[in-house]
Amino acid sequence: MSLFEYRLPELHNMLHNKEVSVSELTEESLSVIARRDGDIHAFLTLNEEGARATARSLDDKLASGESRGLLFGLPAGIKDNIVTKGLRTTCASQFLTNFRPIYDATVTAMLRQADAVTIGKLNMDEFAMGGSNENSSFGVVRNPWDLERVPGGSSGGSAASVAAGEVFFALGSDTGGSIRQPASYCGVVGFKPTYGLVSRYGLVAFASSLDQIGPVTRNVEDSAYVLQAIAGYDPKDSTSAKVDIPDYLSALTGDITGLRIAVPKEYIGEGVDASVRESVLAALKVLEGLGAVWEEVSLPHTEYAVAAYYLLSSSEASSNLARFDGVRYGARVDEGGGLLELYLNSRSRGFGPEVKRRIMLGTYALSSGYYDAYYLKAQKVRTLIKQDFDEVFKKYDVVIGPTAPTTAFKLGSQTEDPLTMYLNDILTIPVSLAGIPAVSIPCGLADGLPVGLQIIGREFDETTVLRVAHAFEQNTEHHKQRPQL
Amino acid sequence: MSITVKDVQHVAKLARLQLSPEEEATFTEQMNAILQYAEKLNELDTENVKPTTHVLQVSNVMRDDVIKESLSQDEVLLNAPDHEEGHFKVPAVLE
Repeated sequence: MSLFEYRLPELHNMLHNKEVSVSELTEESLSVIARRDGDIHAFLTLNEEGARATARSLDDKLASGESRGLLFGLPAGIKDNIVTKGLRTTCASQFLTNFRPIYDATVTAMLRQADAVTIGKLNMDEFAMGGSNENSSFGVVRNPWDLERVPGGSSGGSAASVAAGEVFFALGSDTGGSIRQPASYCGVVGFKPTYGLVSRYGLVAFASSLDQIGPVTRNVEDSAYVLQAIAGYDPKDSTSAKVDIPDYLSALTGDITGLRIAVPKEYIGEGVDASVRESVLAALKVLEGLGAVWEEVSLPHTEYAVAAYYLLSSSEASSNLARFDGVRYGARVDEGGGLLELYLNSRSRGFGPEVKRRIMLGTYALSSGYYDAYYLKAQKVRTLIKQDFDEVFKKYDVVIGPTAPTTAFKLGSQTEDPLTMYLNDILTIPVSLAGIPAVSIPCGLADGLPVGLQIIGREFDETTVLRVAHAFEQNTEHHKQRPQL
Repeated sequence: MSITVKDVQHVAKLARLQLSPEEEATFTEQMNAILQYAEKLNELDTENVKPTTHVLQVSNVMRDDVIKESLSQDEVLLNAPDHEEGHFKVPAVLE
């Protein structure tokens, strides 16, 4: 059995019992990357030497009997919009081709603290803007299940690397669905925690009121395990929440007797592929068999979520990306003009088309005369969307539906039409606007491609989401299916 | 409401982006499509709805006013495209 088939807590014990060394695990990860990543292109920067050095020092640590962190010896990939001290961080943009951060993001420091091994930085849509990973300025990531299809975005590298068995877990970031949608397309587990649960300090900001870091793993237990290591209050992040962190692993009881599930009719209606709907309905049957009850409900403002999301996220993006001017860091294009020319040239060459499009849309929505009509209106609609969820959660424990309306689409099939591309995220965006937690787990295959089941919970009720996901996983084999590589 | 190439040029100026004529044409078309889609929001009466600026109930987050070390000048300049004598270097602003 490949080392990748073990769960993270099992590997933790195997390392402790010296059945395997950190260096062996690290070499396993690097050798799979050497074999497969030429086709998949999940990695933008490999930290080979650094990973080997960390592995050796962790092996020494174990030999000397020092205490071990929760993620001791586990090789991980980090999405390339999370800064890593001294290790190139590009956001998949030409603007940051040679950017070497001078500090660690809080989650990076937490991984280090927990004794994880950073294998490298993962490909993504430029500045996390996109739903297919086709916006990376360093080239697309390919879906391990079918190399002609997208892995989803923007954490496409994170999902593909885990699906291909290149790393034991990965970190991604989710703004409108960027952890859950690629997890769904690649057949892995992607968890977006409640906004504020995981620090955003050192995450290169796209839309600050929505961005959230979370784990991408092969199973739910691993997801709980990684979440345990990265959740918690951070004084460096003014939007970080001061809440008690529960023991996520002990929440995985397998018992969901009497659980009340809401299934929004908007999530299984028009626009959702029949094969996706069937997989989700079959999953609900499994949960019913375990003692849960489900009923159809309505989240009436779902159809307005995408429009509100694009106005809000683009507005925040235009403001966040204003700091990229080619003066303090990043690529500079100086063709002999004045300072304004330097800004214009640096930004115009540094940013790709999708990033420019969103900066333009956001600048327009925030500009004088349009602010009320677009930005303020979208913020009000966000309130209505959040109220939809609040209403449903008065009576139900979780909301369940598909993660995405379809399975992974072909590379290049939607690039000319941004609006159609944006609509792929219609089932993940409302959750992001409401700031609540959700996980995508594999729930079947349609024409050989993975389908994702989305389980959504109340604010800071990660434990219920994980418990339901785990119960489902324990009673099905979907998470054990692997792409043929 | 539809936007013209002229509007796009104006917004590009505000956003500090220099667009090619092809980009101006493409963005005019795409932004019109997206904004037309956004008109959908006007179907909703939001007269008495409060805007959500933040999903969590946090406000005025401040840290204690404690003096501590900041980044060194070398660290700050490490990623600078051009610098001189401890300063970021830019083209002359004044003649």
